[in-house]
Amino acid sequence: MTDQTHLFIHKDTGAAPAKSRTPFSLSRLPDAVTGWLLSLPLALVLFFFLVLPIVMIVVVSFWGATEFSIYPAFQFDNYEFLLTSPVTYQVFFNTIKYALITWAFTLVIGFTVAYFLAFHVRTLTWQIVLFLLCTIPFWTSNIIRMISWIPFLGRNGIANSTLISMGVIDEPLDWLLFSDFSVILAFVHLYTLFMVVPIFNTMMRIDKSLIEAAYDNGASGLQTLTNVIIPLTKPGIMIGSIFVVTLVMGDFITVRFMSGSQSANVGRLISNDIALLQYPSAAATAVILLVTVLLVISILLRFVDIRKEL
Amino acid sequence: MTKKLDTKGVSRRSILKGGAAVTGAALGSGAITGFPTIWAQNIKDVTLRQFGTGVSNLNEVAQKVKEDLGFTLEMTALDSDAVTQRAATQPDSFDIADIEYWICKKVWPTGNLQAMDTSKIKNYDKIVGIFKSGKLTPESVIAQGTAPHTVGFVDGPDGKSFAGEETGWMTLIPTIYNADTLGIRPDLIGRPIESWTELLNPEFKGKASILDISSIGIMDAAMVCEAMGEIQYGDKGNMTREEIDKTMAIFTEAKKNGQFRAFWKTFDESVNLMASGEVVIQSMWSPAITAVKSRGIPCVYQPLKEGYRSWGGGIGLSKSLSGLELEAAYEYINWYLDGWVGGFLMRQGYYSAVPETSKNHMDENEWGYWFEGKEATGDITSPFGDVLAKAGETRDGGSFYDRMGAVACWNAVMDENQYMVRKWNEFIAA
Repeated sequence: MTDQTHLFIHKDTGAAPAKSRTPFSLSRLPDAVTGWLLSLPLALVLFFFLVLPIVMIVVVSFWGATEFSIYPAFQFDNYEFLLTSPVTYQVFFNTIKYALITWAFTLVIGFTVAYFLAFHVRTLTWQIVLFLLCTIPFWTSNIIRMISWIPFLGRNGIANSTLISMGVIDEPLDWLLFSDFSVILAFVHLYTLFMVVPIFNTMMRIDKSLIEAAYDNGASGLQTLTNVIIPLTKPGIMIGSIFVVTLVMGDFITVRFMSGSQSANVGRLISNDIALLQYPSAAATAVILLVTVLLVISILLRFVDIRKEL
Repeated sequence: MTKKLDTKGVSRRSILKGGAAVTGAALGSGAITGFPTIWAQNIKDVTLRQFGTGVSNLNEVAQKVKEDLGFTLEMTALDSDAVTQRAATQPDSFDIADIEYWICKKVWPTGNLQAMDTSKIKNYDKIVGIFKSGKLTPESVIAQGTAPHTVGFVDGPDGKSFAGEETGWMTLIPTIYNADTLGIRPDLIGRPIESWTELLNPEFKGKASILDISSIGIMDAAMVCEAMGEIQYGDKGNMTREEIDKTMAIFTEAKKNGQFRAFWKTFDESVNLMASGEVVIQSMWSPAITAVKSRGIPCVYQPLKEGYRSWGGGIGLSKSLSGLELEAAYEYINWYLDGWVGGFLMRQGYYSAVPETSKNHMDENEWGYWFEGKEATGDITSPFGDVLAKAGETRDGGSFYDRMGAVACWNAVMDENQYMVRKWNEFIAA
């Protein structure tokens, strides 16, 4: 990757390429044009499937809606209602709360798993075997993995009956299911792998001799971890964090199922609006959510320059 | 050479096809009549796409249509919100919309449905009064909310607004309806339940549930608040802002105190909540009770002294339906009201819009149990073969006239719907 970057820099700043004798080839075009042509396909795809839909959402967020139709307009009603309603703030607070707690848990668990795989497992074969083991739950769908918690955590579920038979509790614990606890548990279960993969990936590329050097210089295990491994794993942590934060902030189905519809995050607000044909209002909420997520990501990116680290 | 032949073949076939289509269109428009053979052959190629909620969009019906009428009916089952969305925003994605009357109020103004000529409906005269005049019997009082007859008729084939009385042009052909009430687990409650107020009784703290579909949920909430004597509504189906605020305040407080275990949105969720014992009292639908019972778990669809919250569903035709397809759709509607489907639905605990034809498709024991409220003389089974009641048992709530006569309100869309939805969202987020 680094080599390629150099190559591009060189080409951009360097002398014009040697003229070839072939009647027509890309290399005869000015470099700038070649560059534009090469990036055109991706640019077009991104334009039609990313930029255009987002522009549409922003446009619709200013429209009006009746019970059964939406009409073009330019009004701030949707935003006005959204930004003046206490529900919005409560729901955004909830969303960020879920994202932060889930992030903290997935980070600790993901880092530990990746560390174990990268530094404790000696052979590549076992690393691959254990890594594949981590992905087995992903052979079923998101919803199934989530719903399987419901009979487990329920009032008469496996968790409660086990605890009762062990004599730990007398009454079934109600907070195990349909609570913030179950929501976060499901999130952590669903999204930890998104943390493991990028962290493991960066850890595998850490030069082992650096760790040996730290050891030779008398660093303790903790010192090696904090001074060598964590700084070098930062890009992986950042990528994992972006995955987890954006996934949690956009997820609505987990919140609905695991809280028994009793709590809401922004995703649920949007899905409710859509269900009731309030597309403009849903669009406005989506725009605010998008802005929030972009802010969070830009903050995360301030801590590490991913492009440089890759 | 071969290529040439191929082209020829194709074009000949397409001409034939075109001819058939023209014949079909001519038949559909009523220009030519009396060609039953051609009709029978053509109708086999017709495919009608129907969508609606899971209650009545069953594969058994589609199979029977194929057997009896010869054409193909494609069924898509969705939840109530998705049904509304599809009917309002994707008019070309369906031929037949199986929707609820309260949804009709949202969907009809979009112009995606066409009015139906009642003179083409064979059993029109036998449709129960609720859907025509609003009255079950001549003495009945019309319940609050969006009563089906208020959105059942339009002035003419292109009418945009609803007519007050029978006009010969129907928006939906009524097919299925029921009176809803609370479902309870008698084994876990252990005492009689008589009033809607029990839903907020602190005795069931953390063991109650309501449904998270705002238009229906608020009606249940209103039944409770009125039964508690907290609020006197002008019309529960068309509340003022003040009434909405008061209702949601009472429910929000209960929610904050931990009254509810969960809210449900789909049929399966309500069944699971009840069957697993997570909740012991909740708003529920009749076939969900049936589903819990068929697992061998006691569950009662408890009649309450304040009456029932009712709903009705019907079949609407897509605006774009014409020609042979339209004829097939009318054929289908006539078949629907002819009794086989009615019997099938009534054996699940719903009512048919034309009860007297369903009678021909049920045995005496079934008819006595489901419609007349009599003691079962033998096992009562669901259409899927599960035993729902043994000899000697009677249906919750009694006969058809007892139940449908005690309807307090219909599921509704209020004038203040948007405000209500916002308040409901606040309630969920609280």
